[in-house]
Order: sequence, then C-alpha cells, then structure tokens
Amino acid sequence: MTSELLTIELNVANHPGVMSHITGLFSRRGFNLEGILCGRTGDGEKSIIFLLVNDGEQLEQIVHQLEKLYDVESLIVHKKFNPEAFTEIRSSLGIA
Amino acid sequence: MKYSGAEITIKLLERQGITTIAGIPGGANLPLYHALSGSSINHILSRHEQGAGFIAQGIARSTGKTAVCFATSGPGVVNLLTAIADAKLDSIPVVAITGQVASSFIGTDAFQEIDTYGLSLPITKHNFLVRSAEELLTVIPEAFRIAGSGRPGPVVIDIPKDVQNERIEISSWPLPGMPDAIEPIDDSVIRTAAQMINDAQRPLFYIGGGVIVSEASSLLREIIHEFSIPVVSTLNGLGTIADDDPLYFGMLGMHGARAANELVDSCDLLIALGVRFDDRATGKVSEFAPDAAIVHIDIDKSEFNKIKKNHCSVRGNVAEALSLLKDLLVKQQRSGWDAVVKAGESKLIAAQTKEGNVLHPSNVIRFVSSIAPGNTIITTDVGQHQMWVAQHYPFKHPRTLLTSGGLGTMGFGLPSAIGAALAHPDRTVICFSGDGSILMNIQELATVADYQLNVKVLLFNNGHLGLVRQQQELFYNKTYMAVKFIRNPEFAVIAAGFGIRSVTISDPSGVTKALPELLLQNGPALINVIIPHEYNVLPMVPPGAANRDTIGD
Repeated sequence: MTSELLTIELNVANHPGVMSHITGLFSRRGFNLEGILCGRTGDGEKSIIFLLVNDGEQLEQIVHQLEKLYDVESLIVHKKFNPEAFTEIRSSLGIA
Repeated sequence: MKYSGAEITIKLLERQGITTIAGIPGGANLPLYHALSGSSINHILSRHEQGAGFIAQGIARSTGKTAVCFATSGPGVVNLLTAIADAKLDSIPVVAITGQVASSFIGTDAFQEIDTYGLSLPITKHNFLVRSAEELLTVIPEAFRIAGSGRPGPVVIDIPKDVQNERIEISSWPLPGMPDAIEPIDDSVIRTAAQMINDAQRPLFYIGGGVIVSEASSLLREIIHEFSIPVVSTLNGLGTIADDDPLYFGMLGMHGARAANELVDSCDLLIALGVRFDDRATGKVSEFAPDAAIVHIDIDKSEFNKIKKNHCSVRGNVAEALSLLKDLLVKQQRSGWDAVVKAGESKLIAAQTKEGNVLHPSNVIRFVSSIAPGNTIITTDVGQHQMWVAQHYPFKHPRTLLTSGGLGTMGFGLPSAIGAALAHPDRTVICFSGDGSILMNIQELATVADYQLNVKVLLFNNGHLGLVRQQQELFYNKTYMAVKFIRNPEFAVIAAGFGIRSVTISDPSGVTKALPELLLQNGPALINVIIPHEYNVLPMVPPGAANRDTIGD
C-alpha cells in the first residue's frame, strides 16, 4: 500500500478559508484525496497540512495546482512516510 | 483622520487608478455606494449584475488592465458568478467587490445572505472575505496584485456591511497593488527550446491568449518572418497576427480552417505559445499534432503536460521568452515545409470565397469589416455567429476581438461591448450576436442607451439556437429538440423601446444600403439581419474526433 501512496506536506496561512481552497481544488479537478491531517503550528499564524494521495499520473498536476493556491506557502512531497500517521488517529480515539 | 471601511475601499480603488466601476447597489453594499458618491470614479449602473461583470470584462479585455465591478449580497452575487467564471476560464483580470451581510449575521440565513466565499472559490484566482476595516488596507492592493500578476484572473472581495461601516484611523495609505515583476526564464531551458526549433524541419506556432496578455504580438510578427515559421491561432489568439499575413493560417480546431488543422497534423515541432490545449482547439488529443515534438511556453506551469505531454516546458512570460528566442534562433532552409505552407495558403484563399448569398453571415461579416473603421472592436456572443466571426472577420490587431472562449457564455457580447465602448469612447464597437444569445442580456440595451455608447449590435436572426440545431442535424439524426423558437420578438420594437435606432434587413440591398447607414452613424444601433436557419458553420470537426476528420468545406 505504501508504494502507491505518498504524502504532500503543505505549509499554509491559517485562516478559515484555507481548507476549503485545498479540498475544493481536489474535488473540482477530480483528484483523489485519501486522507488529510491538519493542525496549527507556532503562534497560530500558520497551519501544517498533510495530504495522503496516490502516487500516479495526477501527481504533477496536483503539485502544480496546489502551488498556485495563494495561501500555500511551501510544499514538500514525501515519498517516504509512515501511513500509520493517518490511521493512528482512529486508534487513539479507540475506534480502530 | 478616520475613514469607514467603505471610504477606505473607494479611496484605494481611486489610488489603484480605477476610473469606471459597473455595478448595482443593494442592501449589503449601501455604504460602498454612499462612499462612491463622493468619488471621482464613474459608476455605470447596469441592469443585471451579470451585465456589470461583463462590462468589467469588456474594459479589462480591451485595455489589458484590471477592471472592477460591484454587486450586493445574495442574488447580486449569484447573478455575478457567470461573469466571474467566464473571466477565470479566459484569464481576465477583474476585481469583483461584493457586499455581504454584517459579520454577526453570517451563517444565520439572513436576508440576502449567500456563501459568497464558498461559491466564488472554484471560479476565482483567489477570493477574500474581509474581517475588519484594517484588513482592507492589505486585501485591496493584494487583490489587484493577484488579478494582474502572471496568468491574470478574477478576484472576489466580499465585504460584510459592518466592515464597510467600521471607522478606523488612517495616517498613511498603502501603495497600489501592482503585478509582480516578470520572473527570469531558465537559460538552459530556453536554449533547448531554441535548439529544437532550429533542428525542426516543419515547425509551427500554435498561439493563444497568452501572447496578447504578454503584449508579444509585434515581436512574434517579427520572429515568424525572420525565421519563416507559420502560425495557427486559437479563438482567443485572433488578432495577434494580422489576418492577411502570408504566414498566418487562421484558427485551428473544431471550427478552424482546414489548412490550419492540416498544418498541425503535418508539423514536426509545435511551438505552443500562451495556450492551454483546450479541447475545442485540439480535437481528439491523441491525434493532435501526431508527428510533432512540443515546446510549450507559458506563464502557468500547471498547464504543462495537463492535456498533452510536451518535450520542453518553458515557464515564463511569452514576450520575454520570444525576445530570448529571437537571439538564439537561426535561419533555416526548409524547402519542403515552405512548399506545404505555400499550398496551405492557396487553400485558405479558396476556402474564403465560397458562399454566394450576400446575406450569408460570412459575407455580411466581411462586408462589415470592409466599412468599419480599422480600430473597431468586435465582441461576440456564443454560437454560430461567433464562429463565423472567428472564421471570417479579418482581425488585424490584438484586443480587437472580445469573445467568451473558455466558458462559452451566451449573453457575453452586449455587456462586454459596453465595457469596451466605455474604455474606448473614440472607437466603434460592434457586437455580433444571434437571436438566442442577445436575449440573455438584452436588458443591457438600457445601459447602452443611458450613455449613448457607440455600440452596434449586429444580430444574425435565424429563429433558432443555431449551433445546437446544427449539432442535432449532424449528430442526432436531424431530431430537432428545443432549438426552434416558437416565436421571436420584434427586435426593431425592442430596440425602439430602449430608444435605440434599428433596422431589419432581409434582402441583399439592405446589406449594402441600410446596414452601412446605421453602422457608420455615431451612437447605439441594432441591426437585425434575417438569415436562413439552414446555414451551418463549416468546416466542423465532430466532437471527440481528430481534427483531420473535418466535415464540410
């Protein structure tokens, strides 16, 4: 499974519309989004978002379109990551 | 000194150099209009917010500068959305400033409340919901910077009424927002591109709106002649190269010139300049330029490899790229290609002198072009007339054709003509339309009459939704469904009702006598040309087919 998935780390401005911009991009361009983790960083001015996506033909477009978003300040593609990051949340809530 | 959010907004727009705003007032933008009453900015009261949006587009498309429209919350915003989406698809810099219910009412389903931010998100380059008067000082210049930078596009600024009314102390004003400086182009990439062009036996330029945006028209004209490279254009690239240029082969794609599509078919290098490989241009993508390597030059890197894999991606401003290329290109002998180009040229001429009937739109359009002043601005609606204009009007200059290419919005023509006329009061503006399209924003004839603008509406009236009828004839077994109007209004009476001169033309003598009489008078006019509904736009590539599989002509 890990060979097909990768995560994109986004550093974004923290305001109420940011998540809509990112998820809206995925829905309107027909990109698949397998998971999202998001949280504030530092003094709350910024957020960090991890997107779980398929490593496929769409990746170049996904990256380029994300980089165009006004609130996205930097983007890193992590081919190596621990997918449990996305499932641990469930277990930490006692539902997995 | 203390200023309200509304006053700050207007002040910043003035400092931004905005002289005209189209819009409609309502409950949630009353403070903005109150502030506007004390401003030097000229307000154009349209009759529908979509009209206001397209008026702003007409200004932006004809000048290249960011233009502004206003709407109130709720229905005002929803009415505006079509024009915003249209601006997004054709990369037009527009800043739309919308009133919103007061912050404390947001989310309560208040009167005329709508989620402007959510609705505008997928159809804007960026959007803002302003949370304080203080924020306006950064948001407004920033909106102009975003709209005009790189690949232009629309920006929505949603301002709640309480923010418009909030008063804050201002000691100094921010600088106006300006487009970002042009980024340098990667030297090794441009060298690769130049090498590919120098090595090509059959190079071809495929150009689009990005060439006009970057004001690269005259530079491109120099380059194609110096290095003998032919050109085909998209709908929104028309005017970049003069129609009578021997190296210019017209529009490619679904309703493109056969010669243009044939050149694309046979080239071995396609130099894609400020284009996005739209399906109306490419036809079946796998069969588009099948023998060609592709050099794609564009400011927006997300266009690279989006539709078709290319072999060299040059990210940057098209004018900048061309000026670098000019020094790197080498004159080549390409006798085989020159012969093909020459043959295509004569085919193009043959294709242009076919229709006998004076009332055929292609002939009317060419006749109009022969009597209209050279700097006339043409706008179109969407449908058969639009394609006939694209095929037959001999455009000579950039920004003389304003047309809805990406979204294909019927109703675009009249209000965008208003915008063009406001921005160019010394020029004639002709809106070619159809009896289907014109009724979609007919109310803006009132705006034309208000300001006695030099806008001529030339209506090709066939009693049908002609382009849909054509598709039903060709691809749906002549089963006509919902394409013939049960009855059509008397357009002469409509024009008279708005106080606009008009004439209805149904015979050839009308074209040669009444049409020029009205067209060459100053002020608004509506020319209603009755045409047979059987005329089809040809050539045509069936949807989904390869561009070489052309029907007709």
